[in-house]
Amino acid sequence: MSEEQIKNLEVQFEARIARDEKIEPKDWMPEKYRKTHIRQMSQHAHSEIVGMLPEGNWITRAPSLRRKVALLAKVQDEAGHGLYLYSACETLGISRDELYDQLHSGKAKYSSIFNYPTVTWADMGAVGWLVDGAAIINQVPLCNTSYGPYARAMVRVCKEESFHQRQGYEIMMKLANGAPEQKELAQDALNRWWWPSLMMLGPTDAESIHTEQSMKWKLKRKSNDDLRQQFIDQTVPQAELIGLTIPDPDLKWNEERQSYDFGEINWDEFWQVVKGHGPMNKERMKARVGAWEEGEWVRDAAMAHAEKKQARKQKQAI
Amino acid sequence: MKQNLYNYILGIADNSLILGQRLGELTGHGPSLETDIACTNISLDLFGQVRSYFQYAAKIAGDNRTEDDIAMLRKEREYVNVLLVEQPNRDFAYTMARQFLFDIYHLLFLQKLEKSKDLTLSAIATKSIKEVSYHERFSGDWIKRLGDGTEESKTKMQDAIDGLWTYTDELFHQTEADKAMVAEGIGVDVTKLKETYYKKVNEILEEATLEIPESKWFQKGGKEGVHTEHLGYLLAELQYMQRAYPNMEW
Repeated sequence: MSEEQIKNLEVQFEARIARDEKIEPKDWMPEKYRKTHIRQMSQHAHSEIVGMLPEGNWITRAPSLRRKVALLAKVQDEAGHGLYLYSACETLGISRDELYDQLHSGKAKYSSIFNYPTVTWADMGAVGWLVDGAAIINQVPLCNTSYGPYARAMVRVCKEESFHQRQGYEIMMKLANGAPEQKELAQDALNRWWWPSLMMLGPTDAESIHTEQSMKWKLKRKSNDDLRQQFIDQTVPQAELIGLTIPDPDLKWNEERQSYDFGEINWDEFWQVVKGHGPMNKERMKARVGAWEEGEWVRDAAMAHAEKKQARKQKQAI
Repeated sequence: MKQNLYNYILGIADNSLILGQRLGELTGHGPSLETDIACTNISLDLFGQVRSYFQYAAKIAGDNRTEDDIAMLRKEREYVNVLLVEQPNRDFAYTMARQFLFDIYHLLFLQKLEKSKDLTLSAIATKSIKEVSYHERFSGDWIKRLGDGTEESKTKMQDAIDGLWTYTDELFHQTEADKAMVAEGIGVDVTKLKETYYKKVNEILEEATLEIPESKWFQKGGKEGVHTEHLGYLLAELQYMQRAYPNMEW
């Protein structure tokens, strides 16, 4: 294809996006669009499956049968999200195995929040309430993103995430209204998860490298800082409602902006975790790579069995 | 309180409780996303059944005890699950072999329990049959895949079947509560399930090109609360929160 033809296709492509048309897997798309989507969607898929680990950590120790069932179902939903998102990603011409390789080799990223440890039961509440809460703020706009398979996957993901967020808040509410020891657990979890949750919405706009292009393709509709403000404004009253204190002495309602002012985020910590030196980065990767390597003989056997079965069928047909 | 009925329910439910807990250990660590989801799903089904049984048991007890008290606040010797279900997840072959050896029994058991004179137990059985039919298909398929897969998978699967075989006979032992409940038309006579069980198990093992173990040495004790050393650790995790933070609601 000549350069001019490509240019022409690009113009038509951008016009389709501007008209809010969905781009489907078989449609022509610029290489950069394809790559950006693989990067973002796989990062999202990886976050779902790495995110199973910190919560999976409490399945065997959940305090009641009801909580255990809810936690199992939640972690299972995350695996399901991983599955749709990997499948959606595969429509862009990359295999799940290649995506796993990128995760295991450290080439692909996942949400840094999952590199923090879940040390008490209250963390199941805090993760649901804050981490899923921040994720929803990031993800709801993606239900209208330009790439069809991603947008459709996100509709389902967001419905389930919103359920998880309510479930997490309900765990926190129960703790906050419980015995003094339980309230302490809740406050401690909020103290530990608040700042990492704010960081989860990404670096400040000045430092975010992908924002402008992503806005054009509707992969992003609001800047990181706007999303963060939205998250804070939404979450502060929820904490107040259950009598918990946000661990930020500078947090203050700003009448003029009709928003909360908040203290400075420790970006050094953010970059430390992003670069692989958070409290649990190595553990998380070890668990994922371990499961994959230990599972190899199982996957090989399933493949070998399927081939044998197919061969027997063909033989019978002759 | 109807002590025999209470004990009888615990005998059924503890199997699901302990197996569900074992499967719950694996969430997030499966050999593929699909098997991970399936094992978590089976765990969920089992815990759902446990809740129905223990809620019923709590009602029969008629005091203040709850489903969680029954699940999480008994002593080691008071759990009456079979030894099979408490065996650890040594590898995926063991996990699937344990599941398979239990599922075949579980489905046969529930099909009889559905005919119980006790309407609550019968209703729980009806609901569980749907779930356990899927479990049985899932684990049976994996026995075939791993048995008739690669050399490596065949060796691992055979090891797992050989290692767990010794725990199968206990499934068909009768406790005092069993006998009393069978006499009242409430319980299932498990001794009568044995022949069909081994027939079904052997058929699948043969299809999986695996050897049927010949050992006639069997372990027992779980139904009387005498367990393998593995159970204590499982209970330590299961009970952790209830022990560390007693008398609280979650």
